[in-house]
Amino acid sequence: MSIKTPMNRVLGLGSAKSGTEHWWAQRISSVALVPLTILFLFPFLSALGGGYEAVRAAYASPFNALVAILFIAVNFLHLQQGLQVVIEDYVHEKRSRTVMMFCNTLLCGLLGAAGVFAIAKLSFGA
Amino acid sequence: MVEFTLPKNSRIVQGKTWPKPSDGKKVKAFKIYRWDPDTKANPRVDTYYVDLSKCGPMVLDAILYIKNEIDPPLTFRRSCREGICGSCAMNIDGANTLACTKGLDEISGAVRIYPLPHMPVVKDLVPDLTHFYAQHASIQPWLETRTPAPEKEWRQSVDDRKKMDGLYECILCASCSTSCPSYWWNGDRYLGPAALLQAYRWLIDSRDEATGERLDHLEDPFRLYRCHTIMNCSKTCPKGLNPAKAIAEIKKMMIERRV
Ligand code: SF4
Ligand code: FES
Repeated sequence: MSIKTPMNRVLGLGSAKSGTEHWWAQRISSVALVPLTILFLFPFLSALGGGYEAVRAAYASPFNALVAILFIAVNFLHLQQGLQVVIEDYVHEKRSRTVMMFCNTLLCGLLGAAGVFAIAKLSFGA
Repeated sequence: MVEFTLPKNSRIVQGKTWPKPSDGKKVKAFKIYRWDPDTKANPRVDTYYVDLSKCGPMVLDAILYIKNEIDPPLTFRRSCREGICGSCAMNIDGANTLACTKGLDEISGAVRIYPLPHMPVVKDLVPDLTHFYAQHASIQPWLETRTPAPEKEWRQSVDDRKKMDGLYECILCASCSTSCPSYWWNGDRYLGPAALLQAYRWLIDSRDEATGERLDHLEDPFRLYRCHTIMNCSKTCPKGLNPAKAIAEIKKMMIERRV
């Protein structure tokens, strides 16, 4: 129980003074993913099923490797930002919200970094 | 988490069916949400039968007929009965609208009437709009200036005045905000389409000198950016306004002042 005026409840802790960056980044990354997905799929599909050597050859090309790296990085950024919005929308209990936000950032960051590292390793050859 | 089921004491139970007029020529059924805070009973849906030849053409006319002739305790808000005061907004036939401008001939079958969704109910069809009104007040819906007031009036060009068309007509009926899932889930912090349309009405007013402060107030992941362009607001607005577009324009202004 707490006695607060309706205005007090609406004003809460004040404006977060952010939000636009996150929203705009989501739009930019979704637009960027259109050409990136198309460019990524060509070498990916032609190398698919061709064995390790075929895949290595495809990603030995700096262009293909760069596209694949960007594709993975932008995808995981977009995923992290999108999931964050879903959590903000639906999870209201403060502690579970914080835990889920943290796991989301951690997992997307880890998976994205692993993907980028895998392509780099493949491309530089080892 | 989001609640997908109603709390136990809010579940709707079978209500009373009132007698059907035997001699009626054009009898229509009405299924109306009833809840009385003075009893411990769950809300119920009562069924009424109205002879349409005995009442006016709008849903409000039928509700008034029920209150006057059948069941006087039935509680709802209304004032102007011509779509300008915004008090008679309710959920009719599955959509939020004004009872006084919704024609009975637009509805086939029984007319289902509920209070505006996801608001605390005061009684029957009367929702508690305290928070909604405070949200409107929080956007400071009045002219803010630094220039000393001119002797006569603040002048505005015809072109600038035109920019407020489709905004100033809003009657704050709350149909849009209470149709929005984002407002249902996060209405405590999300300002909702009505307050944001009003915010834009002052942002776009050529005479207002607090545009920056107004944008600062809205720059927030919850206050503004809970809008996910679901578009229920624009679909349901009984005045034919487009709150979703107003919100998109606010987002554009946010970008514009950064690039
Ligand atoms: S925008 Fe339309 S639906 Fe929303 S409060 Fe104003 S008049 Fe009502
Ligand atoms: S009674 Fe005024 S808007 Fe319906």
